[in-house]
Amino acid sequence: METKRTVFPNKVLPYLFVAPQLIITLVFFIWPATQAVKSSFERADPFGFSTQFVGLTHYIRLFQDPLYLNSIGRTVMFAIAVTAISMGLALLFAAAVSRLIRSSQFYTTLLVWPYAVAPVVAGILWWFLFNSSTGILAYMLRYFGVIWNANLNGTHAMILIIAAAAWKQISYNFLFFLAGMQSVPHSLTEAAAIDGAGPFKRFWTIVFPLLSPTTFFLFIININYVMFDTFGIIAATTNGGPNQATNILVYKVYSDGFIGLNIGSSSAQSVVLMLFVIALTFIQFRYVERRVNY
Amino acid sequence: MVENRPFLSILTHAVLIAGVIIVAFPVYVAIIAMTHTDVTLNSGAPLLPGGELVANLIAVWTFDPPGAPPFWLMVWNSTLMALIIMIGKIVISIVSAYAIVYFRFPFRTLAFWVIFITLMLPVEVRIIPTYEVVANLGMLNSYAGLTVPLIASATATFLFRQFFMTIPDEMMEAARVDGAGPLKFFRDILLPLSRTNIAALCIILFIYGWVQYLWPLLVTTREEHFTLMMGVRQMAGAQKVDPQWNIIMTAVVLAMLPPVVIVIAMQRLFVKGLVETEK
Repeated sequence: METKRTVFPNKVLPYLFVAPQLIITLVFFIWPATQAVKSSFERADPFGFSTQFVGLTHYIRLFQDPLYLNSIGRTVMFAIAVTAISMGLALLFAAAVSRLIRSSQFYTTLLVWPYAVAPVVAGILWWFLFNSSTGILAYMLRYFGVIWNANLNGTHAMILIIAAAAWKQISYNFLFFLAGMQSVPHSLTEAAAIDGAGPFKRFWTIVFPLLSPTTFFLFIININYVMFDTFGIIAATTNGGPNQATNILVYKVYSDGFIGLNIGSSSAQSVVLMLFVIALTFIQFRYVERRVNY
Repeated sequence: MVENRPFLSILTHAVLIAGVIIVAFPVYVAIIAMTHTDVTLNSGAPLLPGGELVANLIAVWTFDPPGAPPFWLMVWNSTLMALIIMIGKIVISIVSAYAIVYFRFPFRTLAFWVIFITLMLPVEVRIIPTYEVVANLGMLNSYAGLTVPLIASATATFLFRQFFMTIPDEMMEAARVDGAGPLKFFRDILLPLSRTNIAALCIILFIYGWVQYLWPLLVTTREEHFTLMMGVRQMAGAQKVDPQWNIIMTAVVLAMLPPVVIVIAMQRLFVKGLVETEK
């Protein structure tokens, strides 16, 4: 790994500088993670006096548990919907803003602020909109004959959390798509325009393909967001219900472990999630190394 | 390139106006709800402001919500938590990046990878053991417990490392020729040069600390350490029995206001911070 051509000769100082970061990382990140791995292979007796090595029992049980398989299915559906909606809308808005010159700053300001809204707050905002007794969207849906009740109907609950999670993520995707579009060389689009390509054709044949590194990067980041950062949305709205309909993996690992106190199963779930993040991070950094493909 | 396509221009503005409406609508409804009484809100969903804004604001600031501490205390806790996390992350990241870039020492690469690993271990994948560590250290229900475990930051360290690598080597060589030691070089040259990066990072990290929910939920059981996010969640959760939506939505709007105002007021720095920390 690279350093400067010349470095300071001190022997002790650098250790003092990295120490705080390393101590916190070891104590609060790496040690707990190893404990999670360890307890996923163990069973504690009910009084907590002894633990017994049980091998892969927790994992085998986990993948035979219909509730866990249901949770995986729900998470996949949630992730696909949120990623598709928020990236699709963000791409549309970014394409529109990048056409403008004078008013682009104005629209950007009006589109980026939801980044700063907490997941919990986003959840409550949409819960209020879709609330079956007072919510304005539920009220409008009644005109179309839909009796909306996210407390009882699993599909309604899923739509609610998708809307809240996608809404919050649009601003983030928008900023990155916009930055990507602004780095597309003007000479390319101008040449295409001279050759007679209209704006839509230019977008799909030049701008969009050149954006593919951004799109891929955002895809990974969005999956990560949907898998982990949406905890607050679920906790503020459905609590995983009704009848497990919105019990996505990150909420389940919390509720099984912290509320249900099923340590073995929760640890196994933690390890599964950990492997998933490691894979995502790996893909992301492989990609960053080869940033531009063209 | 300037093109004259009136139809496309109208379409562009139409799309963006629709986008702004989609993005703003939930917050608009919440702000409208701030200006009505709970009776009005429970009998229908008004779309125009009423006259109860001041009454609701006073109610929120004076009201002691069931199951949560007074509102001002939660505002204080959230502010303190966000600020400690922000400052803590910046301080420990900038010094560790300094060590990694400007020194050669055994285990330097190892240190770098240990820091890198934190990216792969979000709190969500190690909930119970992290809780146990904090409990064993006696840090439950304290500001230290709320903040210290979140202070490690691979992204901030990488950002500073990246930035330090772009500073010409001659800068440090000149400083050394002039007799500056590592501490003086750091304080008088590196810190001033990093000012913009630090400011941009401050915005991102303040938001990060402000919106935390899962971690405070784990480590606080006593009301006096509840954060605003926990408080509004608590108030909204109690809504099934006694839906005081006017109070809830007023609290929600106040809870999202500080970071949103920061993003809008310092948009340029915010965008810089966001784009640079993520790459």
